[in-house]
Amino acid sequence: MSRLIRMDHTGHSTVAAWTADDPAAVDAAVEAFRAELDRGYLAMITAGPGQAEQVRELPVDADLVILRLPIAGG
Amino acid sequence: MATVGEVLPEAEALTWRPRVDAARLRQQGRLWTLSAAFHVLPFGVAAVLLMWVQPLALPVALACLAHAWVIPELYAQRGANVLRPRARADDGAEQRSVGLLGDLVDHDARELHARTGVVIEPSGLGAWIVGEAGAVLLHGRRGRAYCYCIKVDPRHPAAGELPSGDRIAHLLLALRGDEQGFATVANLSFAGARWRLRRRLRQELRPALDAAALRLDRASTATR
Repeated sequence: MSRLIRMDHTGHSTVAAWTADDPAAVDAAVEAFRAELDRGYLAMITAGPGQAEQVRELPVDADLVILRLPIAGG
Repeated sequence: MATVGEVLPEAEALTWRPRVDAARLRQQGRLWTLSAAFHVLPFGVAAVLLMWVQPLALPVALACLAHAWVIPELYAQRGANVLRPRARADDGAEQRSVGLLGDLVDHDARELHARTGVVIEPSGLGAWIVGEAGAVLLHGRRGRAYCYCIKVDPRHPAAGELPSGDRIAHLLLALRGDEQGFATVANLSFAGARWRLRRRLRQELRPALDAAALRLDRASTATR
């Protein structure tokens, strides 16, 4: 089961969960993904130890997609 | 899958800032050393001159020397402050956020986070210590410390409510996505000797600095 999670005030929330062979769940996840991007979140996936990659479209085959907020110099 | 590429979008927006690479870091380090010298030397010279001209001016000369000592310490304190822990969220949120952060790092980093509240991340530029609202990069053969203020963008409405683990995870993911972009977005608050920073760090954070220095030493030994 793949998950789209958003880091928020609760620690993190699962925004969507899907399996690649369930088109309805994938569609719902894609929709939720776009809605979060519209709210200003950035989506990241891990790309090996110590590496992460930003994605603009939901990677359906990824186990975990994490939504983060933009960062800024303090 | 459409990936955005290697450049952090936050860094892309800062077109006026030169991208931070090893050469830029060295340049910034030299500028900080020069700036510290310009702050300290006049007071030292004044103290010597005062004593030479009039030994009765000893109290004033001592005050000059105190200034020469305190200025670099204040800068180092500003650097140490980037790793200071921030206000905590409720226990449940804290635990969940730390759980997620734990999934992103290895066992050693999890254990160190439990002791110190920060995470160590080896990288191309050196070794990072990532805190809740800032990060320290140890770079170069001598492991000069570069202290950066960087945090979740406070202009976003959800930014202020994040628990500690999430604040670190935000920075960690951005760092892993584009290290040079991360350093470009961040504001440099101090660059200087590791020992000077260590002295100003809170006691519980010092093992993290030592561990990062060890990682850097190991990495540089391996590349020799």
